[in-house]
Amino acid sequence: MTHLLAITVTVNGVRYERTVEPRLLLVDFIRHELGLTGTHVGCEHGVCGTCTVLFDEQPVRSCLMFAVQANGHEIRTVEGLGTIDQLHPLQEAFREAHALQCGFCTPGFLMTLVPFLEENPRPSEQEIREALSGNLCRCTGYQHIIGAVKLAVQKTEVQP
Amino acid sequence: MKPAPFDYYAPTSMEQALDHVAQLGYDAKILAGGQSLIPTMNFRLAQPAALIDLNNIQELFYIRPADDGGVLIGAMTRQSIVERDPLIAGRSPLVRAAMPFIAHPQIRTRGTFGGSIAHADPAAELPAVTVALGARYRVRNKAGERWIAAEEFFVSLFTTLLQPDELLVEIALPPMQPRSGWSFKEVARQSGAYGLVGVAAVVTLDEKKRCQQARLVFLSCGEKPMLAQHAAKTLLGQAPTPQAIRAAAEVAAKDDVDPSSDIHASADYRRHLVKVLAVRALTEAFDRANT
Repeated sequence: MTHLLAITVTVNGVRYERTVEPRLLLVDFIRHELGLTGTHVGCEHGVCGTCTVLFDEQPVRSCLMFAVQANGHEIRTVEGLGTIDQLHPLQEAFREAHALQCGFCTPGFLMTLVPFLEENPRPSEQEIREALSGNLCRCTGYQHIIGAVKLAVQKTEVQP
Repeated sequence: MKPAPFDYYAPTSMEQALDHVAQLGYDAKILAGGQSLIPTMNFRLAQPAALIDLNNIQELFYIRPADDGGVLIGAMTRQSIVERDPLIAGRSPLVRAAMPFIAHPQIRTRGTFGGSIAHADPAAELPAVTVALGARYRVRNKAGERWIAAEEFFVSLFTTLLQPDELLVEIALPPMQPRSGWSFKEVARQSGAYGLVGVAAVVTLDEKKRCQQARLVFLSCGEKPMLAQHAAKTLLGQAPTPQAIRAAAEVAAKDDVDPSSDIHASADYRRHLVKVLAVRALTEAFDRANT
């Protein structure tokens, strides 16, 4: 016998009230209930990183949380990073450095990088590689992704 | 696949949680970090009738100094918090060293210190580390509480001494003794992947700089954290020379572990890693003990 639960979740600054089954995964809530399909489903067991979102400013695997656990919390997805007309500096760097091909992994990388660069504004290459170890890319071979991070770091250094 | 339906309980106090646990017993699984449980539910390897979510019980999230100079960790404390905590870095550097080996940063944001221990995956770092430290676990049910030594807690694969009406609530890490050293080593094919073999080492020297105690605990080498008691015996009372360390490593690989073969590594290769990592870990630990 399934019971539905009412939850209130803030996503990219917008408050949503919905009624969901407990077993609904957070990633599916974001994608199907809210229509925010920038967050992707890859492996469903926590290794690929395509489902990464910010939960109360921290990076989490949204495929390894239930939507009901997000009740009263704040989520940021890739849609909240920037718009076509005003890309987030990381998105700019990814474009400039050709750090995406199919783009499936890209939202996960971005949402991992936002808190990482906040905590480590001048990371070494080794630190970047370790920070991104939880995000898989099948297209690029990672070189340009690392390059994009370095480019983004450089740009923040140059800015006044 | 998506998880099968379940009844969901989200207690906000320990009393509520223990009531649920007492009522539901084996019908319920505890939802702590969920980083091991939810994958099994996503694949329907696990289909618990009920989940008891502990994430709203604030009193289980803490890191406190213990009176004996050690550290007390609330079972729900996030691994990412432990990783960055200065008290842990100062009083329990072995724990600090092991944290980055646990899965990936995003996993550690939700994963909990106690959850990893209660789940008892033989590939997990925290069971091996806490056994090496001689930690104790506080366990509660409605009737009361008890303390369990880490090295007794793990029974077999994913099986601990926890009864169906009990919750792990606290982990007590002892202080590092004088003339002690530590080391953590793990080999995995990718950063963050499950370790093929890992080892946590804590050693203590006597006033004559001979080995007084050596705790060497291996992960992914059996059904539970494997405490290398035969290897330790060979070191007791000895000066920790490279020869003594190598001899201990040989004994560890031969007598103290029971690794399996799987798609990631053969049992033979795991035994080889045991020998190599034991040498590295013991060398580093004894070096630290000497400084």
